[in-house]
Amino acid sequence: MGLLYFPVRHILTCNLFLENYNYYYNSFLGTEVPHFETRGAVFVPNQQIKATMKPLGDSALIVQLGEGMDPAIHEKVKNLSELLTNNPFEGFIELVPAYNNITVYYNPYTVHMSQMGTSTAFLKVCTHMNHLVEQIKINKNESPRLVSIPVCYGGEFGPDLENVAQYNKMTPEEVIRIHSESECLVYMLGFAPGFPFMGGMDTRIATPRKETPRLTIPPGSVGIAGKQTGIYPLETPGGWQIIGRTPLDLFLPQMSPPTLLQSGDIIKFTPISPSKYLEYKEMKQ
Amino acid sequence: MNIKVLHSGLLTTVQDIGRYGSQKYGVIVSGAMDSYSLRLANILVGNKENEAALEITLYGTTLQFEEDTLIAITGGDFLTTIDGIIAPLWRPVLIKKNSILKFNSAIKGSRAYVAFAGGIDTPKIMGSKSTYLRANIGGFEGRALQKGDSLNIGEKSKISEALLKQLDDKNVSWSINFNDLLNFQQDLIIRVLKGTEFDRFDKESQQTFFQEPYTLTVQSDRMGYRIEGPSISLSEKFELLSEGVTFGTIQIPPNGQPIILMADRQTTGGYPKFGQVITADLPSLAQLQPRATIRFKEVTLLEAETVLVQNEQFINNLKTAIHYKLFH
Repeated sequence: MGLLYFPVRHILTCNLFLENYNYYYNSFLGTEVPHFETRGAVFVPNQQIKATMKPLGDSALIVQLGEGMDPAIHEKVKNLSELLTNNPFEGFIELVPAYNNITVYYNPYTVHMSQMGTSTAFLKVCTHMNHLVEQIKINKNESPRLVSIPVCYGGEFGPDLENVAQYNKMTPEEVIRIHSESECLVYMLGFAPGFPFMGGMDTRIATPRKETPRLTIPPGSVGIAGKQTGIYPLETPGGWQIIGRTPLDLFLPQMSPPTLLQSGDIIKFTPISPSKYLEYKEMKQ
Repeated sequence: MNIKVLHSGLLTTVQDIGRYGSQKYGVIVSGAMDSYSLRLANILVGNKENEAALEITLYGTTLQFEEDTLIAITGGDFLTTIDGIIAPLWRPVLIKKNSILKFNSAIKGSRAYVAFAGGIDTPKIMGSKSTYLRANIGGFEGRALQKGDSLNIGEKSKISEALLKQLDDKNVSWSINFNDLLNFQQDLIIRVLKGTEFDRFDKESQQTFFQEPYTLTVQSDRMGYRIEGPSISLSEKFELLSEGVTFGTIQIPPNGQPIILMADRQTTGGYPKFGQVITADLPSLAQLQPRATIRFKEVTLLEAETVLVQNEQFINNLKTAIHYKLFH
């Protein structure tokens, strides 16, 4: 188990490293490791806010703050994300907030080498997250960012507007009115850069996905899938019912942050005419 | 200093260790599929471990060098030649001006890495030089290399200069022993941790997954490995909201055929997660060729962490060893 293939005269150098290597390895095994197993590895912090932690492999873990789609739970998700961003641990890489949990990505080697306690990387990160969960403050009364998204509905920009109207037994105008009256909460970004997973769309216009997905959907397309509404930031294949298009760019790779929307934003869609759409597009150039 | 692309190959992209910190915006990580080979290639030419290199897939790519250049080739064996003579792998190599470096077909592994002393000089987007093909950003103009492209090489480190000086006289007499880090067998045992939804699958699936072999299908790419074998099914259907996933997550779509998420995976997913390939085994997994056989072995989180720490220490010692060889 040498590190380098050396000609015979270098064997001494080789052994030197091997010794260090075994020393290190044994010291790791010798550390006090509290009992846990992968499946049962659920860490329950002891206070009012219920949070469970489960490993997502050996380099990430999920902090679960509740179940389902609920703005109150998402408030905790936002709060914990902020706490972690402001109080990172050694070896922390990044976090991804979702509907009711956050995924914490870390470098297990750095965590292992850090001074935090003497247990495994997973338990060290659990301990850190536990401290942060205890500091979650609900009802902070911080008002979310309101973002207005101009949308040109129907026509070539919204080829499925008629389908959605027919499916819900109403006129296209009613679909537009209901869609643009909804206030949607951005729970998370995923699928593609800047793609918002939103909740809060009026269920009167809920429509199942298309049976055959389109091979390409132009960027800016606004769609409906079941009770969800979303906006495609990049040209991708997709099965959502496309009802309109926004002239805004959702993915801004040269900016920081690189997306128009962020987790926690409140979205309102504003209907615009095709000529207004073109005006927006020209303004950008 | 430029390197000219004479032949593009199947899929050759600029990759570093990955684009971290922007997953919360839905920006994928990308980066080298086999991170150990990338890091070792960089170490061998005196670069920072996370510097960008070329990732060459299955076959192809011919490069011509406008100046003397220090390079290292790691990863799969592509019977690579320098001016028609087989090039040594896993060691620093001095390429003379106007020489032609040619990658042929992979006879071992599926991805080769070539690092250049000084790294690839291309702007970092969101902290990384990795190519994000779908969004057309990063790497070389956000795309795979094409014939006629010209790569710029960055500034060399002190270690690179020292290596160059040594190589001026003769070739180095050592190469890396990578056997403890990587396994190039095409009938491979991959170690797996139970996934977050493991308990939601039926008893039979929980057993057969670890007993029967799976085959890597040709519909596998940098985004995900589709594997074929016994179908995996849930005890009962349930709706899962999308949430964070990671490199090596084993998702089970409704058809029951597992998908292993790889370097270009989406940031979030809504399929139940059956398992998770341990980080230490991802580089070997990345070296599998289509139709290779995979057998999964369950391990504990403690085992996974232990192997990972062991490997990191190995790489650290390797760096020290190379440094020692150069300066003593």
